[in-house]
Amino acid sequence: MTPSRSEAARIGWVVLALAAAATLPWIGSSYYLALGVTIATFTVLATSWAIFSGPTHYISLATAAFYGVGTYTTGLLIETMPYWSILAIAGLIGAAGAALVGLATLRLSGVYFVIFTLGLAEFVRQVLTWVQNLTGQKGIYVLTQITEAQIYWQLVGLAALVWLAGWLIGRSRLGFALRIIGDDEEVARHSGIDTAMAKVLLFMIPGAAAAMTGAILAPRFVYIEPAVAFSPMLSFQVVIMALLGGTGRLWGPLVGVIPFTFLWEAISSSFPNQTTLLLGLTFLLIVYLLPRGFVGLFLDLRQHGGGTFRRAGA
Amino acid sequence: MKRRTFGAIGLAAMLLASTAFAENHAPTLTVGAVAPKTGPLAGGAAVSYWPNVRLWIDDVNSRGGLMVDGTQHMLELIEYDDQTNPGETIKAVQRLATQDEADIILPPYSTGLNLAAAPIFNRFGYPMITATATVDDTKALVSQFPNVFISLGGAKPITEGVAQVLSDLRDRGDIGNRVAMVNVADAFGIELSQNARPALEAAGFEIVYDTSYPLGTQDLSTVIKGAAGTNPDAFVAWSYPPDTFGLTEQAQIEGLNPGAFFTAVATAFPSYQARFGDSVDGVLGIGGVDADGEAFQEYAARHEDVTGEKPDFWASAMVYSSFQALEQAIEAVGTMDNEAIIQHIKDNSFDTVIGTLDFDENNNNPAFWTVGQWQDGLFHGVASTGREGAAEVRARDAN
Amino acid sequence: MTDGGGMDIIITGLVLGGTYALIAMGLNLQYGMARIMNLANGEVLVVGAFVAFWLYTAGQVSPLLTLFVVAPLAFALNWLIYRFMLLPLVRRAKSQGQLEVDSILVTFGLSFVGVGLMLAFFGGDYFSYSYLARPVRIMGETYGLNRIVAFLGAVVIGGLLYLWLERTRPGRAMRAIAVDPKSARLVGIDVPRMSALAFALGGTITAMGGALLSTYLTLDASTGVLFTLKALVIVIMGGVGDLRGTIVAALLLGLLETFVAAWIDPGLTLAAAYLLFVLILLFRPQGLFGRKA
Repeated sequence: MTPSRSEAARIGWVVLALAAAATLPWIGSSYYLALGVTIATFTVLATSWAIFSGPTHYISLATAAFYGVGTYTTGLLIETMPYWSILAIAGLIGAAGAALVGLATLRLSGVYFVIFTLGLAEFVRQVLTWVQNLTGQKGIYVLTQITEAQIYWQLVGLAALVWLAGWLIGRSRLGFALRIIGDDEEVARHSGIDTAMAKVLLFMIPGAAAAMTGAILAPRFVYIEPAVAFSPMLSFQVVIMALLGGTGRLWGPLVGVIPFTFLWEAISSSFPNQTTLLLGLTFLLIVYLLPRGFVGLFLDLRQHGGGTFRRAGA
Repeated sequence: MKRRTFGAIGLAAMLLASTAFAENHAPTLTVGAVAPKTGPLAGGAAVSYWPNVRLWIDDVNSRGGLMVDGTQHMLELIEYDDQTNPGETIKAVQRLATQDEADIILPPYSTGLNLAAAPIFNRFGYPMITATATVDDTKALVSQFPNVFISLGGAKPITEGVAQVLSDLRDRGDIGNRVAMVNVADAFGIELSQNARPALEAAGFEIVYDTSYPLGTQDLSTVIKGAAGTNPDAFVAWSYPPDTFGLTEQAQIEGLNPGAFFTAVATAFPSYQARFGDSVDGVLGIGGVDADGEAFQEYAARHEDVTGEKPDFWASAMVYSSFQALEQAIEAVGTMDNEAIIQHIKDNSFDTVIGTLDFDENNNNPAFWTVGQWQDGLFHGVASTGREGAAEVRARDAN
Repeated sequence: MTDGGGMDIIITGLVLGGTYALIAMGLNLQYGMARIMNLANGEVLVVGAFVAFWLYTAGQVSPLLTLFVVAPLAFALNWLIYRFMLLPLVRRAKSQGQLEVDSILVTFGLSFVGVGLMLAFFGGDYFSYSYLARPVRIMGETYGLNRIVAFLGAVVIGGLLYLWLERTRPGRAMRAIAVDPKSARLVGIDVPRMSALAFALGGTITAMGGALLSTYLTLDASTGVLFTLKALVIVIMGGVGDLRGTIVAALLLGLLETFVAAWIDPGLTLAAAYLLFVLILLFRPQGLFGRKA
């Protein structure tokens, strides 16, 4: 399939936007760069999460498990391996782990899958902690010369890869199969789609992306320990951002992550003593006022604008 | 982002006011502090960190401010909650440095969060004297971040201090040779137990029970039963706050009452004494202070006066003393030239609430308390690597 | 590692299981009956614990009396939360999946609000006190009296709840909405009202559990999430919508953790617990007592 003209235009815009995003380290202060790293991190995590969870309606809380594994991959290998190979290894470990989890959880439905992934992340963290205790190894130092700008560019690059993967899947047979699964799994199975295989393949994307994100960010934290690398709060944050954005479109999580990061930032900087309280109230407001997430808001706005335009044109 | 506008409005208001009251015309310095108010480490920060930030600001301001460029500057505090998340710590320190244009940034809380912030302190050139990070090899860290100073002390001296205290008790005939040891399975507990094994064995002790338990264990009775089953002469736990309380209570219930009973973080907290009352007498714990010393007594009184809370007998004074060192260095240099301030901290020693604070060539404070003991309602330092005022360790009434 | 035989391990394990039951029973009602996956469960527990702590340290009120203060307050609060914050979501949800997503978002927000409010009112310090921290001898072994009391509390609460669900009309109605809300409506059950009742009752049990747990656990404003995670795992392991499943799962975890601590390595207790959880779901995807979808 070759891209149609409107698709080509859209690809052009995406490439332009990515190029613009990549200039941030030169134009913004280091503070905006830190915000940029946060946005890029959650864009990668939430978008890859939504590629799996959007069509399948499975809510995964395993992000922290893959992210933590990636962080530790860097921590353990940084002294002995070239940096770029570490990212690849982390991605492979993440994908392989996700495939295993996917195969194991095929029979789980709905909330059982949600909590299974949560339990799994905690299990990995506990085993790792125990092994550390056995070997007498404590937190790991990751002292490198990698700068914040380099971390940011890697994350933007990873985000581009995730979008590319999502776009290709959308155009492939797999994507077609997934849309049917999302509508009705029974129908999909009857029409000869290997639903299990499709889901497992798809789950490898957030697995690999989260592991690579962890691997990229490890040098930023200088010191890593299980409590930080496997923080369950991360899994929840990713779910919240993706859902607030909207999982139906590839760009949905992005429009959740960006306003949310700025809101989070405004609240943390203006109300340091009530940060948690106000963040909670903000979640509530968004859920009640934007029942279809930010995607819904954008689509409504566009429909309004577009509607008038069409009427005027007709 | 908004803060600057508020700051500008505040400044304008102050300028207006100062035309009316000329003597109120005090310039200010912005001080930033980032530490957990929520998340897993919020409990510890609420005891040892935040009250000292407020106390220090209050102390400096009530003596007229900080003398910089020949005038007294009042301190204005900006606090941020990092939610015990290093990503948030990094963001908040960046925000302080570039958005709030803080003149002084106080170091964050805990090993992990301090190390995450170290590269940013370094990039912006701020001095960073941290009293809440344990780093075993400061040399590697400081060669990369020469603006970082570590005052809390490392794992090795602490475990050697414990071995020394136990040896003293044994040589006096108060306890025998058998030690039961447990540790919480996270970076802190792992590092200390790892160092404690050779230290105790070198001192001729026999480790008869040695196990770890995960952070967040809700029932420690099996651990205590296991330790009690080996009938030890000393019990040593490298523990964190919730489990320090849990282990102590369970030991009382199980009647594990050896001649030496040592728990780690939170043993020096006032709430430890509040919960266990007189039964804490003789309990050994990590850290300590010269509890009878005039400097600490004065500090403790002010701490309670200003913040409404009692300080703990270890980290509180360490945190405050690191702020004092920074304060003295700034005034000695006389300008906010951070490079000169860092050099001054390297070259000089400081008179603080824990006594003299003097950093070695690796920016490490070599003299700190390693072991303390509850004696007559106060937690006294009984072993240190060169602090004055150690109390003599006492035997506990063993059963 | 303990040379003690099986009996003390079994009792210790059951007592720990009682603690876990107190943490999870309320969530079972809220998720199983009212269909709300409540991520603010742990904050409700910590509030219950804090009230007990505060009344004990300020007025020497026994935490066992505090239970009777906590219960009606928690009931009212949770009823209001359901009525005004969750019922609108139930009404607007087109499917169970939609409701799950919305309730995750809202209760996650509520858990933040809960932590924020506790921080504002109580501060971030640890709260712990000593209550009934005395040894009690059962069959020649010693146990903490406070833990035994909490275990008995779990037995009483769990027992009454079970009888109520099995023997009374509203209890049976509640089980009916757990099985199939649509048919329940057809036989004349006021589903929204019963759901509100289930949610409020669940919150009440969780808060009472918190008051009992506070006699031997050290907590602070931020610790709620740990209890939420544990409760979620237990409820799912036992099977959604069946109280027996939650109780069995809680006791299993308590026994397993104690066995592992005593005979293998205390460092592996939580790893073993999560391994058991993962294995059970692999072989019984609907949990121990759950119905096949």
